[in-house]
Amino acid sequence: MTTDTPTSTEVDSGNTTPGSPRRRRSGSVTGTGRLASALVSPTLLVLAVVVMYPIIAALYQSLFVSGQRLDAQGFVVEGRQFVGLGTYADILFGPAAERFWNAFWNTTFFTAVTVTLEAVLGMAMALVMHQAFRGRGLVRASVLVPWAIPTAVSALLWRWIFAPDGVANAILDQQVLWSSQAIASKIAVITAEVWKTAPFVGLLVLAGLQVISREVHEAATVDGAGAWRRFWHITLPLVKPALVVAVLFRMLDALRMFDLPFILIGQQKDSVETLSMLAFSEATNVHYGPAAAYATLLFAYVALIAFVFVKLLGADVIGEARSQVPKNRGARFRRGKGSAR
Amino acid sequence: MTTATGDERRTTRRRFEAKKWLPILGVAGIVLYCLAPFYWMVVTAFRRPADQYDLSPLPRTWSVENFRAVFEPGTGFGRALLNSLIVASTTTILTLVIGTSTAYALARLAFRGKNLVLSLIIATSMFPGISLIVPLLRLFTDIGWINTYQAMILPSLSFALPLAVWNLTMFFRQMPQELEQAAMVDGCTPGQAFRRIIVPLAAPGMFTTAILTFILAWNEFIIALSMVNEQNMQTVTVAISKFTGATQYDQPFGTQMAAGVIVTIPLVIGVLIFQRRIIAGLTSGGLK
Repeated sequence: MTTDTPTSTEVDSGNTTPGSPRRRRSGSVTGTGRLASALVSPTLLVLAVVVMYPIIAALYQSLFVSGQRLDAQGFVVEGRQFVGLGTYADILFGPAAERFWNAFWNTTFFTAVTVTLEAVLGMAMALVMHQAFRGRGLVRASVLVPWAIPTAVSALLWRWIFAPDGVANAILDQQVLWSSQAIASKIAVITAEVWKTAPFVGLLVLAGLQVISREVHEAATVDGAGAWRRFWHITLPLVKPALVVAVLFRMLDALRMFDLPFILIGQQKDSVETLSMLAFSEATNVHYGPAAAYATLLFAYVALIAFVFVKLLGADVIGEARSQVPKNRGARFRRGKGSAR
Repeated sequence: MTTATGDERRTTRRRFEAKKWLPILGVAGIVLYCLAPFYWMVVTAFRRPADQYDLSPLPRTWSVENFRAVFEPGTGFGRALLNSLIVASTTTILTLVIGTSTAYALARLAFRGKNLVLSLIIATSMFPGISLIVPLLRLFTDIGWINTYQAMILPSLSFALPLAVWNLTMFFRQMPQELEQAAMVDGCTPGQAFRRIIVPLAAPGMFTTAILTFILAWNEFIIALSMVNEQNMQTVTVAISKFTGATQYDQPFGTQMAAGVIVTIPLVIGVLIFQRRIIAGLTSGGLK
């Protein structure tokens, strides 16, 4: 079955090119445009309400503060008050700066470390799964287990493993207080996160590996390339598109990390507080203005990273560039070359 | 391809005996890595509460005391399971109803701005949940939606809908174009071709999408945590995180692990049964 997946895709991409002119012609049938907009608009409407509205509303709300505060003369001011970019100034340079930058660096650190580890481990797992002939079904089943476990449950599970009397300390023969020591709690969060998601990266990379034709490897072996050289010069470049997309998804997911440190270590712990946790903590204290500002800053950070990543590494997230109708012969030729590579 | 694989294996085996057991070792490593923590959860759940800190690989005395404690009246765990079921199923159904037609249009119809729409939908799935929750929390407070199912279901669509549209688009793209053409030659309009021909044939793809969506919605935490503050409206992930259990221990790990097992086992069984479909669904994005 594992070999089925790439086969069907090859068949599919083979069909797309000859089928394309026909598809284009059927597209010009009158009424298709109207049908398309009727079919697409419900999704866009829902996403406008649950995604677009909140993003804009957060930006708007971050310009206000609510609740009791003292004005310049020392009088108590009640209710909502427009402060412009004042909240952002407080966060970036003012009294809230220390907590914000701490959360910012925690988020960045967790993302960088976990995604790197996941990419390396996932790559290794994919290579093993690709080579494995015996126990393939077992591996595939077990790889899905960490993915299927709810993050909340896995956080509890790792809190138990990292408990003072837990099995981690017993195996290491140490008395580490994982939940209170700064470095130790970071390690605990990273371990739990990598455990849960590295197999998922492995699955995505494996799918990429299976598309590489065996002939390429055989040709390189005949030419005298050793296993290591084949990995660096054939496997890695060819699997790069799949790996890049997997890493991008993981990065964006790690940047919004919340459940794991929240349950595994706890709220308002400097050592593991992420931007999501900071915004949540402000929102539950009814500090909507600062909470909205933190949420907006996190959104901007995520958008920036996604943009830079897609621009720099050319992550072909939607796969559209390759499955889309070629504009002209040259484009089709390039596409053909691309898939034969 | 199979013969080439066989030949290669045979020559390799003759050359290096070590290469024969190296993959097996790798496989064992992966299985151990993935299952050991899960195993530990199950084993802890089956110990007696008094043996909680016992670190033997198997319980000395098997007990279901922890499971009984999970359903103790004060915990509200049964109600939480029901809430999760309601929220996750409604999210899944809504997602499929809304997403299927959109995915069909994106995969099969030619219209202007198609790529833009698809990119936009994919992009929304990457937005951090907290950025959506903070303003929605305020909105739902104003309109009295706190502690309601819709306050959890509606925000859940923000991650479920893009995933479903994406998966179904990939699935529709793989179906032969001739299906609609034949239907239209026989006099169907594009709309009829979609309803009468495509939807029945798309059942497997929709089923896979339903499983993935359900698992994601079931595992959701931050939305349910923010939108609900009454115990009887909590979903199971939130209930489990606030679990203090019914035993006298300050950290009732045994009870927590038992609750974890109850929440996870249905998912694990489902995943094992549908593993091929799930992997195909998960990797359809990375493959293209």
